[in-house]
Amino acid sequence: MSELIRYTAAQTANAIATGEVSAVEVAQAHLDRIDAVDKKVNAFLHVDTEGALNAARAVDAKRAAGEELGPLAGVPLALKDVFTTKGVPTTCGSKMLEGWVPPYDATLTSRLKDAGVVILGKTNMDEFAMGSSTENSAFGPTGNPWDLTRIPGGSGGGSAAALAAFEAPLAIGTDTGGSIRQPGAVTGTVGVKPTYGAVSRYGLVAFSSSLDQGGPCARTVLDAALLHEAIAGHDPLDSTSINAPVPPVVEAAKMRDIRGMRIGVVKEFAGEGYQAGVMQRFNESVELLRELGAEVVEVSCPSFTLALPAYYLIAPSEASSNLARFDAMRYGLRVGDDGYHSAEQVTALTREAGFGDEVKRRIILGTYALSSGYYDAYYGSAQKVRTLISRDFDTAFAGVDVLVSPTTPTTAFAIGERADDPMAMYLADLCTIPSNLAGNAAMSLPVGLAPEDNLPVGLQIIAPAMADDRLYRVGGAVEAALNDKWGHTLLEEAPAL
Amino acid sequence: MPGITREEVAHLARLSRLELAAEELDHFAEQLDVIIGAVARVSEVAGQDVPPTSHPLPLTNVMRADEVRPSLTPEQALAGAPAAEEQRFRVPQILGED
Repeated sequence: MSELIRYTAAQTANAIATGEVSAVEVAQAHLDRIDAVDKKVNAFLHVDTEGALNAARAVDAKRAAGEELGPLAGVPLALKDVFTTKGVPTTCGSKMLEGWVPPYDATLTSRLKDAGVVILGKTNMDEFAMGSSTENSAFGPTGNPWDLTRIPGGSGGGSAAALAAFEAPLAIGTDTGGSIRQPGAVTGTVGVKPTYGAVSRYGLVAFSSSLDQGGPCARTVLDAALLHEAIAGHDPLDSTSINAPVPPVVEAAKMRDIRGMRIGVVKEFAGEGYQAGVMQRFNESVELLRELGAEVVEVSCPSFTLALPAYYLIAPSEASSNLARFDAMRYGLRVGDDGYHSAEQVTALTREAGFGDEVKRRIILGTYALSSGYYDAYYGSAQKVRTLISRDFDTAFAGVDVLVSPTTPTTAFAIGERADDPMAMYLADLCTIPSNLAGNAAMSLPVGLAPEDNLPVGLQIIAPAMADDRLYRVGGAVEAALNDKWGHTLLEEAPAL
Repeated sequence: MPGITREEVAHLARLSRLELAAEELDHFAEQLDVIIGAVARVSEVAGQDVPPTSHPLPLTNVMRADEVRPSLTPEQALAGAPAAEEQRFRVPQILGED
């Protein structure tokens, strides 16, 4: 096994820039790793060998010509299969889009290419990003590299597993209710949901437009910051893109100093349903924050207890509208076009054949919540809860710089364990959802293994909108302190595949 | 708040253009009843005088200059179509026979 796959993104870029290795060697080492382990992990839906090697060759040519390379030039990346890639299949983990080859790149895809990032392929995900385990993929589940019989989280389980399996040092996810942070937590990797509007949604296949946000996944806080900087920034092609400077995330990741910061522990995220080992590591993290010189206080956000119900009305409502575009007319699957069925029947037959159970459940739930007679009680109330949650955050952030909580109530559960119990599955996103509803920024980073099952535990850090740099400042300091204490990174404890 | 019946799920599936099989209908009706029972808690706030939030950002229309610029060719636009004919999407019959 090549040592190159263990490099961080920052180390990789540096090694390429100084000529220690070529970008092609780096790309090949990762393609070889994918070849060796991905039959077991199933992190990738599509590996773009030629595209990756061509992108790597272009970086090497640029260096040979004496041109300046960007901070991530030549670094391989695993891209969640929900962003369009020109000429490369994009399926969203659905039979509906099996074999679809987009004619255009998402803005995020273009930015990665412009930065010289080498896109290795597209990663597995819950169908249309609906799920917390990647079991809802039409192309089979992804295994958690810590224990292949367990889920890698979801919906971005493929991206997180690719990092933990050393198939790529960087990955991209999307976070609608926790789909970057929860997979990060259960795989021992770093995941960031930037402020809503920070990363363009142009070319991101929509699930719930007011909640969806693309963001960086990495093995270190600094790598996540470098990727954050590469993908964030205003895009005129997305009407919800924020037109403001990207917060200084890279600088913050390098600070390693949180003295004097005020940190709030969210009181509501504890108690029944929280695994003992998760709470143990979380409480140790809070103690560590104190030792590092932060002032820690308890904060109450009473409406957070209504966040999960509100989310499971708002997200399906928006999804029922967004997924109406899959009508079998312009792209994707078409079933029953035999000259006898009408267009409407063909649409219904195709959607029945092309969508999996969770997508169907959410379309029906959303249609229900939006129907007259139920709209005020359900969707209308959920929108009021959204206001109350934002107010709770505003009150909290008046007194503290960031909030912390466990990222997930439990460590990775077994594949199949919650597959037919939607409410049990939804609980995995309990702590992550409020930030999506309010549109602020949040990170998960690994803080140890739960003693009872030796599986990773994530610490969630939440910052106000447009203060994403605070996540990296706190995350960078915690990561450095833990690595000092352990003498190595957490992922070095992961079993060999 | 009442739960959801099998008949309601069948109606919603028709509205959603989902041709559900009978056993799927049974299964979903049972699951959706549990989910709706759990999410109905939001109606606790129904009577409260709180403005709704539909989006985290204030939304404004974004316009671009009305200028001709490069776009997809008809071939590119139709490349993913289930069926195409004469540079158009070919679709099944939309209007009835009579």
